[in-house]
Amino acid sequence: MSGVRTGYVRPVDFKHGCVDLTHGGGGRAMAQLIEELFQRAFDNEWLRRRNDQAAFDLPAGRLVMSTDSHVVSPLFFPGGDIGCLSVHGTINDVAMAGARPLYLAAGFILEEGYPLAELKRIVESMAAASKQAGVPIVTGDTKVVEKGKGDGVFITTTGVGVVPAGVEISGDRARPGDRILVSGTMGDHGVAIMSLRENLSFETTIRSDTAALHGLVAAMVEAVPGIRCLRDPTRGGLATTLNELASQSGVGMVISEAGIPVRPEVDAACEFLGLDPLYVANEGKLVAICAPADAERLLTAMRAHPLGRDAALIGEAIADPHRFVQMDTRFGGRRVVDWLTGEQLPRIC
Amino acid sequence: MKYVDEFRDGTVARGLAAAIARDADPAREYHLMEFCGGHTHAISRYGLKDLLPANVQMVHGPGCPVCVLPIGRIDNAIEIASRPGVILCTYADTMRVPASKGLSLLKAKARGADIRMVYSSADAVRIARENPGREVVFFAIGFETTTPPTAVAIRAAKAEGLANFSVFCNHVLTPAAITHILESAEVRDYGTVPIDGFIGPAHVSTVIGSQPYEYFAEEYARPVVIAGFEPLDVMQAIRMLVRQLNDGRAEVENEFARAVTRDGNAKAKALVAEVFELRRSFEWRGLGEVPYSALAIKPAYRDFDAEARFGIAYRSVADNKACECGAILRGVKKPTDCKVFGTVCTPENPIGSCMVSSEGACAAHYTYGRFKDVAIVPASA
Repeated sequence: MSGVRTGYVRPVDFKHGCVDLTHGGGGRAMAQLIEELFQRAFDNEWLRRRNDQAAFDLPAGRLVMSTDSHVVSPLFFPGGDIGCLSVHGTINDVAMAGARPLYLAAGFILEEGYPLAELKRIVESMAAASKQAGVPIVTGDTKVVEKGKGDGVFITTTGVGVVPAGVEISGDRARPGDRILVSGTMGDHGVAIMSLRENLSFETTIRSDTAALHGLVAAMVEAVPGIRCLRDPTRGGLATTLNELASQSGVGMVISEAGIPVRPEVDAACEFLGLDPLYVANEGKLVAICAPADAERLLTAMRAHPLGRDAALIGEAIADPHRFVQMDTRFGGRRVVDWLTGEQLPRIC
Repeated sequence: MKYVDEFRDGTVARGLAAAIARDADPAREYHLMEFCGGHTHAISRYGLKDLLPANVQMVHGPGCPVCVLPIGRIDNAIEIASRPGVILCTYADTMRVPASKGLSLLKAKARGADIRMVYSSADAVRIARENPGREVVFFAIGFETTTPPTAVAIRAAKAEGLANFSVFCNHVLTPAAITHILESAEVRDYGTVPIDGFIGPAHVSTVIGSQPYEYFAEEYARPVVIAGFEPLDVMQAIRMLVRQLNDGRAEVENEFARAVTRDGNAKAKALVAEVFELRRSFEWRGLGEVPYSALAIKPAYRDFDAEARFGIAYRSVADNKACECGAILRGVKKPTDCKVFGTVCTPENPIGSCMVSSEGACAAHYTYGRFKDVAIVPASA
C-alpha cells in the first residue's frame, strides 16, 4: 500500500504563497489557480463550462463594447482597490452610451512574487463588485511577467451591453442652449489616491467614489430618453471631459464655479497640493448634457438615485466656433477651463 | 474653505474695484509691476484685469523661479541625471522646461535617466537614505522661499553623514533682480517700460521681511506694497499703490501683515547664512548675467555641492530666436506680442520657459485668458 493518495492536489497556499511563473505557464499550476481563485470567486454558468470563450444570446438593441486597462498605484486605497475599480470602470464606459451592461471579460497581468493573499483580496473585491452590479465576468485570461517587469497586478476589463431602441447618446450631440449637469462631488477619487502616495502622504477621511453607474444611468434614461451626452469624468477630471464634449460637439460651454459640487476636504487638499479639483479624477460620477426643457426632470431623477444625491446643474453649452469651456468664477471674473496639460498625477486608475 | 474663501470674495472684490476706480486719477496712467509669478497667476486665474480701470495696468515681472532658469542650468541637471547610478530629485515644475537638443528633464527621464519628482527637499534626503548605493542629487531651484528648506536638507545630510546626497544649487535672490530691472536701459534711460510701483513678493517676504525693499522705495523712488497671493490681497495692494502714487509717496507698505514682518524669519535667514554664500554672478533667463543674484553652497558644506562633486561646468546657451521670454520677463513685452505664442509655443510643446510653469506669464494667459484675444461669435454668424 502506497501512502500517496491518488488524485490529491495540494491546495494553493493563499496565506503565504506568491505568484510564480508557473501560474502563467499554461500547466497544472495555472489551471489550479484559475479553478481555486478566479472560478470560485466569479462563479457563473459560463465559467463553469471551462471554455476559452463565453457564448451568450443578446437581447434586442444596439450592441455596445468598451475596454479599460487598470494600473492604479497603490492597488488598495480608501474606498476601493484595483479589483472593484476595474469592474466599475468598464461598466461605466458601457453605461455612458445609455446601455445596459451585460457581460464582462477580465485579463490579468501578474508580477512574479506578488503575494497570493493580496491577489485573492483583489479578485474577491472584483467578484463582489460584479455581483452587486449584476454584471458577470464570463471569460478571462491570466499572464505572469518576471519580477521587476510589472507592478503587482494590472487588470484589463472589457464589457458588452445593449442600448434600448430610441436612445441615442453620444459625445457629439450637445447643441447651444443645452444644459450641463454633474451627478455629484468632483475630485474624490484622485484625492483619495494622492493621500496615499509615498511622497504626499497626508491624513484624510476622503474615500474614492468608485461605483458602478449603470443603475443611475437607467433611471436617467427612463426619465429623459433624449439625453444628448453622458460621460464619466475620470482621468483629467471634469475640465477634460467638458473640453472633450465641447470639441466633439463643436460648441462652447459656460459653467459656474459656484454651482460645481466639491467636498470641502477635497477643496482643501487641492489647495494645499496646488491642484485644481476640476482636473482631479472621479470614478463614480458622470456628466450629462440635455435639452433645456429636460433639465429639471433629469436633475430630479438623478437626485432621487443614491449615486446622484448631490447632482447639480453647472452650466450650458453655447455657440462658439473656438469651442472654449469658460467658467464664471466665484470671484466675479470669467476664465478659460482648459485641457489638462501634461499629467497631473500618473496611474490614478 | 475657511481662511481662504474670505480672500476670494467676489462682493468685496467689486467694492475694492470701485474704490480703485474712484481713487485712480483719470489724467494719468499707473504701471504696476507684480514681481512674483504667484501674483501673475492670481491676476489671470481670477480675471483681475477685468476689474481694473483702463489706466491701471499690470506689468508681469520675472518672479517665476522656473521661468528664470537659463537653458544651460537645465542642461547641467540633465547631464547630472544621465550619469550612471544617479537619482535626480526635482520639483515637478522643472520637468518640462526646454533644454538644448530638444531635451527636457521629462524627455531625459523617458530615455532612462532616473529622475524623480518630489514635493520637498526632505523627500530627496529620504530617497538618499533609502538608496545608499546610489548618488542622490536634489535639483534646488527657487527664490528665498525655497532656500531655507534646501539649507535644512544639507544640514540634515551632514549631521547624518549621508555621503551619497548632494544639491545642485540654483537658488536666486529677489532684491538683485528688482535692482537689475530698475537699472535696465528700458526702465532707466529710454523709459520704454514705465514702472511706477511694485507689488512685492508674498512668500519670499515671509522669509526676508519687508526691510530689504526700503532701499528701492528710497533709491529709485518707487512705492512697494507687499501683498499675499489671494486675489483680494492683490486688489488691496493695487489700491494702496494708487494712493501712494497720488500722494507722491514712495514707501514700503505691507498688505500681507498676517504673514510678513519687517525683519522676516530670523531662524530661516540664519540657516541660509550658515549654508550658502553669494555667487559673484549668475545667469538669469531674460535678464542675462546679474551680479550677486544667486547663492552657492559654502566651502564648509562643499561635500554636498553637486557642482563640485560632479565637476559641472556652466555653459551659457542662447534662447530660441523666436522666443520672447526674455523681453516678457523684463516687462518689455506681453505674451501676445510674441509671434510663437499659442501657435508653435503651447503648454504641451513649450518653446520658452514662460509657457512651462503655471506662474509663467505666457502659461497663465494661455490657460486662463486667451479667450479674450478672439471675439466669440455664434457659429452661425
